[in-house]
Amino acid sequence: MNAPPSRHWDRLRQSRSHRLERAASLGLGQVVPAERISELLEAVIQPGDRVCLEGNNQKQADFLAKALADCDPARLHDLHMVLSVLALPSHVDLFERGLANRLDFSFSGPQGARLAKLVQEQRIEIGAIHTYLELFGRYFMDLTPNVALIAAQAADADGNLYLGPNTEDTPAIVEATAFKGGIVIAQVNERLDKLPRVDVPADWVDFTVLAPRPNHIEPLFTRDPAQITEIEVLMAMMAIKGIYAEYGVKRLNHGIGFDTAAIELLLPTYAADLGLKGKICTHWALNPHPTLIPAIEAGFVESVHCFGSEVGMDAYISARSDVFFTGADGSMRSNRAFCQTAGLYACDMFIGSTLQMDLAGNSSTATLGRITGFGGAPNMGSDPHGRRHASPAWLKAGREAYGPNAIRGRKLVVQMVETFREHMAPVFVEELDAWQLQKSMGSELPPIMIYGDDVSHIVTEEGIANLLLCRTLEEREQAIRGVAGYTAVGLARDHRMVENLRDRGAIRRPQDLGIDPRQATRNLLATRSMRDLVRASGGLYQPPKRFRNW
Amino acid sequence: MSLSLGIEALDFSYNGRHPVPAFTPVLVGVVGSGNLELLLESDTSSKCQIHVETSARGFESIWSAVLMDFHRRHGLAGVRLSIHDMGATPAVVSLRLEQAMAELISRSTT
Amino acid sequence: MISYAECSARERLARLLDAGSFHEWLAPTERVTSPHLAQLGVPCAFDDGVAIGRAQLNGCTVLVAAQEGAFMGGGVGEVHGAKLVGLLQRAMKERPDAVLLLADSGGVRLHEANAGLIAVSEVMRALLDVRASGVPVIVLIGSANGCFGGMGIVARCCDHVVMSDIGRLAMSGPEVIEASHGVDEFDARDRALVWRTTGGKHRWLSSDCDALVEDDVEAFRETAITLIGVRRPFTLDTLQAEHALLVKRSHLLDEAVPEGADDAITLWGRLGVAQAARVNDMDVQAVRALRTP
Repeated sequence: MNAPPSRHWDRLRQSRSHRLERAASLGLGQVVPAERISELLEAVIQPGDRVCLEGNNQKQADFLAKALADCDPARLHDLHMVLSVLALPSHVDLFERGLANRLDFSFSGPQGARLAKLVQEQRIEIGAIHTYLELFGRYFMDLTPNVALIAAQAADADGNLYLGPNTEDTPAIVEATAFKGGIVIAQVNERLDKLPRVDVPADWVDFTVLAPRPNHIEPLFTRDPAQITEIEVLMAMMAIKGIYAEYGVKRLNHGIGFDTAAIELLLPTYAADLGLKGKICTHWALNPHPTLIPAIEAGFVESVHCFGSEVGMDAYISARSDVFFTGADGSMRSNRAFCQTAGLYACDMFIGSTLQMDLAGNSSTATLGRITGFGGAPNMGSDPHGRRHASPAWLKAGREAYGPNAIRGRKLVVQMVETFREHMAPVFVEELDAWQLQKSMGSELPPIMIYGDDVSHIVTEEGIANLLLCRTLEEREQAIRGVAGYTAVGLARDHRMVENLRDRGAIRRPQDLGIDPRQATRNLLATRSMRDLVRASGGLYQPPKRFRNW
Repeated sequence: MSLSLGIEALDFSYNGRHPVPAFTPVLVGVVGSGNLELLLESDTSSKCQIHVETSARGFESIWSAVLMDFHRRHGLAGVRLSIHDMGATPAVVSLRLEQAMAELISRSTT
Repeated sequence: MISYAECSARERLARLLDAGSFHEWLAPTERVTSPHLAQLGVPCAFDDGVAIGRAQLNGCTVLVAAQEGAFMGGGVGEVHGAKLVGLLQRAMKERPDAVLLLADSGGVRLHEANAGLIAVSEVMRALLDVRASGVPVIVLIGSANGCFGGMGIVARCCDHVVMSDIGRLAMSGPEVIEASHGVDEFDARDRALVWRTTGGKHRWLSSDCDALVEDDVEAFRETAITLIGVRRPFTLDTLQAEHALLVKRSHLLDEAVPEGADDAITLWGRLGVAQAARVNDMDVQAVRALRTP
């Protein structure tokens, strides 16, 4: 009997060797000249490869993205792109030029329309849209990159990398790639003799290239207080009094928006007047929002772990090392994967906004003609069944949901929205656009951001609906209608049922919370302008140019 | 009814329950995008009459619902409300109505 | 400190003038509104975006106008302009201690086209007549909109210009400059640049405004009080002196600005301003001390 043909168990290692040999034969070593970058990419990437292109909606490896998009489609094709965010035009160019044909990602904000078009023209196959932590998980399962193109702040002569405050996704990407025979290529802003600290060791890095311009970082989390409206102040007051105070929410995450910025700016004023300092908002999984500065200065905040950094905040962060996670070198280290984990398991509440919500409480930011994806919200806005440690907020919510003998708690997942968006588009609808988008995308599931059964509360200008206290689907529907204001969904409410729910506290109006809507003025905000924020930071915060008005 | 191709004019009239003694007119708000101005004046009728001019056309049923709720809450008699609106949401409209009421009440108690 | 920029026109009047002293002419109830906007699908304002009247400032009688920047960007339309002209003509009859203009405007209200243009030119003429009759005109500029276009010219026709560092004074708006000359010449989104070239600090250092104050209603009030009764002679001599100053100033940039240097900072340096590079980060008090006579 013949022995079975022996299997090779080191094909990845061999492939890696061949790729590196090809680069070496072209005279390309660890330090790559910028003008030869496309040559390097064509040498080490192979058709059919899974390529991870950094970055997220903040940091972008823009030089490498453009270089890849400029490669010859005859040499590089059928690439499978795996990336957190499809943000740059060059990302879409990869598909339009025929270099790549498959995509797995999480968010595509600025390129949503172009992406939808590519799908319609069948020039792209979307594997799936993920939430960040889910995608990182798959980097270690079935979406491991063959090649990772990353962005770092600096490299030393050996190829050690310093990532700086915008550490973000890089550690997750590099670990998965480097330890499955992959190739890691980093664009850097500078070469230093000595790095402030080593974020990625040289053995995990194959090539570094000095980019002609520093990598782009988008100031995504900066909100000008001058734009916060009275209605946003009103909803912030309701959230603080009706939820934060009610449940004693100490550990939390804020989704980005002017409404959450309003909450942050109300902490040193409204919340302090309610005696809540030290009782709420002590620990955060949050990007370094400039609007959190007054609350930090007022002593509300003990700790903040960040997904990434924020343009202009680095000096302030370094000067507040008790609060932020900073290295011995003084600069922050952020980490999206770990911050998402903290947001999932170690936070008692998520609060964020959305564009549409249906009668089951499902919400979506998907709109027709755009494929935007999810980002981190599905993770942050979900109730983790794996959690075991208790906290007062978690236990209280659990008892509301499951009764006095509850065997588990419940994370607070709060959706905060005005009933109408711009141009009088109703937020509350009978059917989400997501279903139509599913058809046009040909995907297996409608792109729902947060599932209704994870949602615990909905805050609108009309009041707070507590879905945990709803016993039936019908009560849930009426609770949602009961805060849906004058939208068609809200006007079709069953008034008797809604009054019933109000009697039980499942719906609470501002008056029920002791809030007079006329108190909701901008004067309650701790700072009302960007300049006030700068002053509150003692001059440490340096807003990007587009936000200055003095 | 339309004053022109652009502006939609709406009129509502309710029977009032609570007569308001004569007062100096109340003005709240500003005509900016997403905002409205509201002028509250004394009248000799027994009604609450409301005149709306808006650039956001086609929302009569929502105006009707919002103003009806306002009237249910306060039931003013002998007042005229005039509104210039530039696409304010019901949330903002309700807020301005309540701000006007607060100003009215503070005037009648001084 | 109450932010002047945050206040509406009527809030500024209520807080700036002696309490309860403002008596309004052509009040909202009279509904003297624009005859042009409805046909363009734009709602009117009861006061067409400007409140005018008589009031007391520290016991002195002033005639005052406050533009509402939130309405049509404070643009001057036919009725708005006529109210300003009427106020100024009234000033020639009544001879108050001063006329106070709370400017908050992008200039001519383009929706009203020629009617707006004519209105602004009539305002200029009436303003100069008021000055010639012996009544000083003081303009306060401190809104987020600034004072641009035809109103920018009006402002410089006044006896005194008071600005906060938030305020801006110019003719052409930043977007217009970028559209005409390209983004390399002027990037309208570089807001720090916009304020370096049109903002209160720059106007103070280049002597285009007479007082620089904090974004505080009380500061505007106090400064306005000091300027009541202070006239600036408006004669052929003063005009010629002004022209000579402008010519001298325009030659300051004959010598090219060094590569990579900022135009405004270079200009301030050539005006004799110490620490020109730090002006952006200095507070109002510090910048006030920097102006060379």
